[in-house]
Amino acid sequence: MEVAQQEILTETATKATTKVSGSVALLEALIAEGVDTIFGYPGGAIMPIYDALYDYNDKLNHILVRHEQGGTHAGQGYARTSGKVGVVFATSGPGATNLVTGLADAQIDSTPLVCITGQVFAHLLGTDAFQETDVINITTPVTKWNYQVTDANEIPEVIAKAFYIAKSGRPGPVLIDITKNAQIQLFDYEGYTKCEHIRSYRPKPIVRPQYIEQAAALINQAKKPFILFGQGILLGTAEQEFKAFVEKSGIPAAWTVLGAGAIPTDHPLNVGMLGMHGNYGPNVLTNECDVLIAIGMRFDDRVTGRLDKYAKQAKVIHLDIDPAEIDKNVKTTVPVWGDCKETLPLLTALVEEKQHTEWLAKFKEYTRQETEAVIEKELNPQTGEMTMGEVIKQLNDLTGGEAVIVTDVGQHQMVACRYAQFNKTRSNVTSGGLGTMGFALPAAIGAKYGAQDRTVVAIIGDGGFQMTCQELGTIMQSGVDVKIIILNNRFLGMVRQWQELFNDRRYSFVDIQSPDFVALAAAYRIPGKRIDERADLQGALKEMLDNKGSFLLEVMVTKENNVFPMVPQGCSVSEIRLK
Amino acid sequence: MSNEELGKQEYNITIYTENQVGLLNRIAIIFTRRKINIDSLNTSPSEIESIHRFNIVITESEEVVRKLTRQIEKQVEVLKVYYHTNEDVIWQELALYKVSTDIIAEKVSVERLLRENGARAVVIRKDYTVFETTGHREETDNLISILQPYGLIEFVRSARVAIIKDSEGFNSKLREFERLEPGEEVIENEYLNKGSKVFTM
Repeated sequence: MEVAQQEILTETATKATTKVSGSVALLEALIAEGVDTIFGYPGGAIMPIYDALYDYNDKLNHILVRHEQGGTHAGQGYARTSGKVGVVFATSGPGATNLVTGLADAQIDSTPLVCITGQVFAHLLGTDAFQETDVINITTPVTKWNYQVTDANEIPEVIAKAFYIAKSGRPGPVLIDITKNAQIQLFDYEGYTKCEHIRSYRPKPIVRPQYIEQAAALINQAKKPFILFGQGILLGTAEQEFKAFVEKSGIPAAWTVLGAGAIPTDHPLNVGMLGMHGNYGPNVLTNECDVLIAIGMRFDDRVTGRLDKYAKQAKVIHLDIDPAEIDKNVKTTVPVWGDCKETLPLLTALVEEKQHTEWLAKFKEYTRQETEAVIEKELNPQTGEMTMGEVIKQLNDLTGGEAVIVTDVGQHQMVACRYAQFNKTRSNVTSGGLGTMGFALPAAIGAKYGAQDRTVVAIIGDGGFQMTCQELGTIMQSGVDVKIIILNNRFLGMVRQWQELFNDRRYSFVDIQSPDFVALAAAYRIPGKRIDERADLQGALKEMLDNKGSFLLEVMVTKENNVFPMVPQGCSVSEIRLK
Repeated sequence: MSNEELGKQEYNITIYTENQVGLLNRIAIIFTRRKINIDSLNTSPSEIESIHRFNIVITESEEVVRKLTRQIEKQVEVLKVYYHTNEDVIWQELALYKVSTDIIAEKVSVERLLRENGARAVVIRKDYTVFETTGHREETDNLISILQPYGLIEFVRSARVAIIKDSEGFNSKLREFERLEPGEEVIENEYLNKGSKVFTM
């Protein structure tokens, strides 16, 4: 049978070319790239593509979003949970400009996206035609690559390049702008060939053994080594390689927000979260370790705090696929260029098997102090209004740490990242670098399409929810199963926290009012519930998780709670405050 | 603080790229995003068909320049980026000067003026004459001040073009910051698929 198929394929290959439209060539390209889901919104300049899509309904599942920004976030959510490229369609002009926030978010968080925008006819470019906007120049700073197609003949090759660039090396968003004439134009279609090489593009640097050796020597001599890990491990699908390295070297490891879940939360060597609202030990001990091993992370300012007081005593080993990240923020002693999927096993082979018992005990001691000062009263409050932390804890108990947690931006995000249990990789979907409020609801929709067999729980603040709540319409129409928890503190909580701590409680425009969220969900035929009593929490969470299909649970939490610990802006990580 | 105190000096950034619409913007915004002024920018086809060469001059510290070159090299359609101080390059700017033929012929020893300034006349008409010279900024500026009293009508100066002094040019430069470079062994024409035609100056 294989032979027969081979013959058919050969025959097809030698067959004369067929005439197809640019739109059909685009959809064929998507199918050849393994795309199954598209998030999009039609409009005038992309109508030929949507017309072609009408006949591809059985092969491509198009999800009609309610705003193009929602489309990009859904694409991001899909990419984060599936590891595949998220695909988004939008029309020209306002459709395309609405993509910008999502593109910027995907660019800073290295999320692979391919966005297709319609554009006015090529002969109208530059004439201020209806819904014409200079999408290529608007999106240049927020894309890894972008390109305008004005001739259908270019489509197969350009789409192949788009997918290759989006997913290879350090992933990122790509935008392809296709003029309407190219969508309509019939051309000699010679089939689709995937792109595997672009001469000017080097997706990953060559691994250099001498740096691996130097890094291993530093690690083997270290008395107090410390690992910082980021999303690079997830993007490189190097979770197993990372676990092997951590376990053999016995080195305590702390994560960035996007690195969460690369090893399970309860792994004995996982010492917690880094950064402004990270755990006490990892922040303080960054300034005590002797060798700092950064893997697939980029020393964001929210992780490092004040740079001139950051790990100055330590030798720094930095493993990264992007050469521009080495020495960008923190000076490196040994730069380990390369894909960590390749470099980690080489390093593991050279490091000695060790246990840093005393050093690890230091982390445990800080955990004890943090638990006493912060965690215990956040997770197990006995009196007063509910806390965000206890909601997360109860959710952990019910999901067992198996759910995908999608968060928005602000206090609830920090609380969720701190306290959610992640047993698996690709479980924490959040807007890390850009801090995009409104990210969670559409991202959760995409996350579910990317991981259909998993429970997806979106945890959102009352402010962020109102930025993209129109995507409830997407949930209604597509029937996607997303559990939504709104942690309502009746404030824009994180800004309020800063105003309390640094602006003398001058609460300037943070007292946001909300609609009846449950009624809003009901308007979209999504069942919901609002609770403000601790006694109802567990039952309500259970009801939400057990519900067939989407459910919105609004939990009224204490109004003026602060997220601690906190490294105040401009302070060193070791100046982290517990209150 | 002065540029010297801040460790800033002129750097010549050489970029080899594909010939692609929009790439100029992609490169320019790497500077403008960081509020770095581009002192001079020249882009033209290189000796290799379909490959363009940019020469960009900025005044910055080496650390900033190194980070910028990494960001530029990260762009998909950029083949290779190098940076050099003024000491490492031979550079020239071309300038054109339009003056009234009547005045210049009457009041100036044209032969001497051309000789002393390494200039030549490219156009001589009844109404005006155009001189051309190449050189460093001070030299082209100097000819402005010489011609100004004689009714300089128009002046234009090109961006800087620079060629690397070291005869082994890029190759040795590459080895110099090999430690900071991702490549194993940098082969001169690794990306160009053009054999020895490149960089053989």
